[in-house]
Parts: sequence; structure tokens; C-alpha cells
Amino acid sequence: MALMKVKFDLKKRVKLAQFVWFMYWFSVMAGVLVFSMGLFFKIELRKRSELMDNNESHFLPNLLIIVGLVACGLNALGGKICYDSLDPAKFATWKPIMKPFLVSCLFFNILLVVVALLCFVMRIPFQFTLAEGLKNGMKFYKDTDTPGRCYMKRTLDLMQMEFRCCGNNNYRDWFEIQWVSNRYLNFAAKEVKDRIGSNVDGQYLMDGVPFSCCNPSSPRPCIQGQMTNNTAHYSYDHYTEELNVWKRGCRDALLSYYGGLMNTIGALVLLVTILEVGVMVGLQYVDTSLSTLSNPEDPESESEGYLLEKTVKETYTDIMAKMKSMGKGNQVEGGEEAPVATVS
Amino acid sequence: MVLMKMKFPAEKRVRLAQGLWLLSWTATMAGALTFCLGCLLKTELRRRAEVMDNTEIHCVPHTLMVVGIASLGINYFAGRICQDALDPGRFPRWKGFLNPYFKVSLFFTSLMLLAVIMSYAMKGSLEASLKIGLKNGIRFYKDTDTPGRCFQKQTIDRLQMEFQCCGNTDFRDWFEVQWISNRYLDFSTKEVKDRIKSNVDGRYLVDSVPFSCCNPSSPRPCIQDQLTNNSAHYNYEHQTEELNIFVHGCRETLVKYYMGLMNTIGAVVLSVFLVQGSVLVSLRYLQTSMEAVAGQENAEIETEGYLLEKSVKETVMEYLDPVLKIIMPNQVASSDEGAEAGNPAS
Repeated sequence: MALMKVKFDLKKRVKLAQFVWFMYWFSVMAGVLVFSMGLFFKIELRKRSELMDNNESHFLPNLLIIVGLVACGLNALGGKICYDSLDPAKFATWKPIMKPFLVSCLFFNILLVVVALLCFVMRIPFQFTLAEGLKNGMKFYKDTDTPGRCYMKRTLDLMQMEFRCCGNNNYRDWFEIQWVSNRYLNFAAKEVKDRIGSNVDGQYLMDGVPFSCCNPSSPRPCIQGQMTNNTAHYSYDHYTEELNVWKRGCRDALLSYYGGLMNTIGALVLLVTILEVGVMVGLQYVDTSLSTLSNPEDPESESEGYLLEKTVKETYTDIMAKMKSMGKGNQVEGGEEAPVATVS
Repeated sequence: MVLMKMKFPAEKRVRLAQGLWLLSWTATMAGALTFCLGCLLKTELRRRAEVMDNTEIHCVPHTLMVVGIASLGINYFAGRICQDALDPGRFPRWKGFLNPYFKVSLFFTSLMLLAVIMSYAMKGSLEASLKIGLKNGIRFYKDTDTPGRCFQKQTIDRLQMEFQCCGNTDFRDWFEVQWISNRYLDFSTKEVKDRIKSNVDGRYLVDSVPFSCCNPSSPRPCIQDQLTNNSAHYNYEHQTEELNIFVHGCRETLVKYYMGLMNTIGAVVLSVFLVQGSVLVSLRYLQTSMEAVAGQENAEIETEGYLLEKSVKETVMEYLDPVLKIIMPNQVASSDEGAEAGNPAS
């Protein structure tokens, strides 16, 4: 009992083949799109790789790039097969590989679904990577003379300005680390000696933030230093002041940016999967309709196209039986040898 | 004496028509590109309209957009004409249309060239407009509570951060203006009272700059206040310090940005001009060579094509004569009388 049988005459077959060929070209472009989104994601990750923990994984963008390329290749081949299907002679050359090709398409579609799921799920480990990376980044803000870290200040400043955020969780993170290098501190001054003496690690801590935390939308010039001291500034109350510096933490800002990017890519990959499944079904119909010609010599005869030769249950038991017989093949050989050995 | 005569056998005419058809399609796309470039330039100019005093420079993108649309029309007709050109039955209906068509096309094509020249010539106007606009922006920086000016601070801050510049000519422009609003000054302190008394207009002037002038590439945290006082900061010398704040003025940076943009657009528009010009030249040759075929029994004869029937000087005089007659009727009349007077004498 074939699954979803459809009758085809010549005109219908030709229209189907043309339509599937056209859809295959769309799929090639969709594959290119997936490839370019993977590339874009990889570049975005690399741009900010200094702010992420060392073991940030490029697994997902690499996978997207590979999947995109494979999709292009498979779909181009599928398009060629469709194009040749209108000519019985050319189609005969493709006949042997049709079944393995369709099976590989099926596995590829399952892979696409997995990739889409990964896109949505990767947000969680990414959160931890970011938290760790930002914390270290802020620690190395002042090390502009240490090789390997001399651009951390610039990276952090540009990032805080671009993403409109300050600190890791919020601006108070800057109060807990020394972000002014010792080269610019006058150790002879009393104020500096007091601050360094006031904590265990001998760090110059202050309640100030870098200029990149300043909010241009604030009506007053930016207050960066002595932020918790209301008397140091005229008409200033740090409890109610909202527009002076960015309120949001950079971890939240970066996470929402990359999370949004991953969600968009995941949704796109799902759409591409639907397209791929569509063309795979179309190709199966093209193949079966050309294989079941009622009069093999006459290309204009009617034929039937179907999705599966037998019902889903029967196909499943068939596959299981085939796999069992492949597994038993070795056992059977061993069994045959044993009686031979005992007889002699 | 015809200008640039060329012989056209039948096959060459056919090839000319085919080449012209392809060329007109290319020119159509080039015209669309010109229109898009005009839109792009206008968008970029409008984005920074708040720091510009006048909109004189907007005539460049306007011209580009007009030329782009006009060239779409010109090339559409060029394509239709060259399709009909090889058919002796259909070509004559374009006869009356072609001469005004060429005049209009020449006008719009020369407008393209004019747009490119204007983009270079208006650099001075752009600079003057930016100078006044930035001066006002810096003056009204503190007026975040005045309706109509409350976004100046935000505009200037974002401009300085994006273009990596400070002030109008350079950062010292901020020393001459009070950029801290009176709402945030404590008038009971001695320091504020001293500063206000120290100048004629009673303004609170400081040798500091806003945070948006800070350079992220500086190795040390930004020094914004007391910029000219070396002793206020440890290990700081303002004469040799280069990375602390942005050294370029915003006027210079913006002029460079817009001139760079207009140079690129100008180069593209020049190539579009060449394509469009070649379309018109080819169409003229096709027209003149096909006109010579009209009325002949054998359509396969060789004909001559030319650009102008008479030489350039004669053609110009032909067009100028009616204009001159209107402007200087006395001179023409007197030369007639002189001739009459001269004749009886001789």
C-alpha cells in the first residue's frame, strides 16, 4: 500500500520537474544564506573574542558554514537531476544513485533540525563564557603597557560606547577593581596612599567609572568621579540619578545581542529545513513517477508517484529486517564453519 | 561641412542598432545607480543637518536624483528607437520626435557633468555652513532645558564620538564657551564666583572638554579637566600629550568625510556620463544613417552617418541667430540700412 499516491500524466510530470528544479535554485540560495550567516556570526564572535573566556567555542558558526556549503552542493546536484529527468536517456544515468541521494537528503534535513535546535540552546553556555571574559577584561583595563593586553582598554571602551552598557552587572563593578594604572598615580600624594592603605590587596580603588560609561543623553555634563558622594557635586543625588551613566551591565547587553543573533539564525535554519524537506519530497515524486511508467517504452504514458512504496510501518520493519540480516550475515558464516569443522 | 562623418553599410547599421540596445540597458541601470547615489548622499547630509547652517550643498544630491530619473526616460526611448530603427516602416514615426529628444538628452547629460563639478566647487560653502553650525552647536551644548535646543548636547556628543573629533577647529573651542549649564553650578562657592568674574560676559569658562572628546586609544584614563595645567595631573604634559583627547576638529573631519563621499560618487557619475554620452552618439549615428535610407528602394545600401550636419560653429550660430535678433534688433536693422546706403553709392 503506497503512501500518498498521486497519478501523473506527461504534462503533470513535466510541470512537477520544472517546479522542483526552480525550488532547488531557491534552496541553493538558501544554502548560500546559511553559509553567509555562519560567516557573519563567526566574525562577530572574533571581533569580541578578547571579552570572552579563552575556551569560547566556534563550533556553531563552523557548523553553520559547513552545513551551508553542503546544502549548496546537494541542492545543485538535485537541481541537475531534476533538469535531466525530463529526458529519459539522461535520467537513466542518474537512476542508480537516486535512492542513496534521497536517503542522504533525509539525514541532511535531520542535521539541519539539530543545528537549528543548537542555535537556540547555545545561549546558556555562552552566558558563562561572557561573564568570565568580561570580568577578566575589566581586570586588565589598566594594563595598557602589558603585551597581549594593551588593547583591552580600547576594546572595553569601544564596546561600552557601542552597546550602551557599563561594567559587568552594572557600573558598580568598576568600584571593585583598580582601573587606573600605577604609572599615572602619584604615590607621594596623601590621597593615593590613603586609598591604597584602605584595602587588603593594596589596590587604588575609587568610586569612579571610565568615560565610556557616560550617557550622551544626560542633560548635565558627565559625572565620572566620586559618584557615591552627593556633596561632591552640586544638585546631585546618586540614588535618583538615572541618565548620568549607562545603567545596563555589559553582560546583559552582549547576551541580548548575541542571543538575538542566534535566535534569528535558528529561525532561518528552520525555514531552510522546511524548504529542503519540500524539495526532497518533490524529488521523490519525480523519481517514482518516472520509475512506474505503465508502458516503459512510451514516455507519454501515465504513471503513479508516491512517497513510500509501502506504509510507514512496513517500511520501518523492512529496514529493521535488512539491518538484522546484515548483522546476522557474520553470525551465519560463523555457524556454517562450525558444523564443517565438527564433521571433519 | 559635416562633423565626424562615418560610412555605414547595412551590416554595420544592424550591429550598431544591436549594440545600442545593449548599451541603452546598461545606461538605464547606470541611471538608476546615479539616482541611488543621489539618495545616499542626501541621506548622509540630512543625518548631520543639525550641525549645518544652510542646505546649499543639497543641490548636488538633488541634481543627481533628477539626472538619474531623466536618464531612465532617455534610455527607455533610446531602446525603443533602436528597436524600430531597422524597420523602414516603423522608423519614420520617430522623425519629429528625435530632434527635441536630442536637445533634452544633451541638457540632462551635461547636467550630470555639472553635478560633478558642483560637488568640488561647493566645498567652500559646505565648510562655511559647518563652521557656523558647529559654533552654534557648541554654544547651545548646555541648553538641555531649552525647547528646540535640548538635543544639541546629545547631537554634539554622538558626533564627536563617531567621527573621533573635538570642537570646531580643535579642542580649544570648548575653553571659550560655557558648556556647563548654570543649573549645575553652585554659585555660593568661591571658585565659581572667581571664574564668572574673570571675564566680561560673566560666563563660567573652564579649560576642560566634555567626555565625548576622550580618545579610547589613550593608554591612560581620560583627562578632561584642567587640560592646560600640567601640575594638576601626575606625569602629564599637555604640550606633548597626543592620545588623551581627539586632536582633530569636527569641521575638518566632517569636510573630509563628505568630500571623500562626493569624490567617490563623482568618479562613478563620470563613468555614467561616458556611458550615457556614448548612447547619445550611437543613437545620432543610427538616426542619420537610417534617414539616408528612407525613400530608397534598396534598403541594403551603404549610407553615411554624421554627428552634426554643419560644423560646430555654424550649428551654434544657427541657434544663436534668433536669440541675437531678439536681443539686438537695432544692430541688425542698422546693418541692413548701411548695406542699402552702401549699394546706391556703389
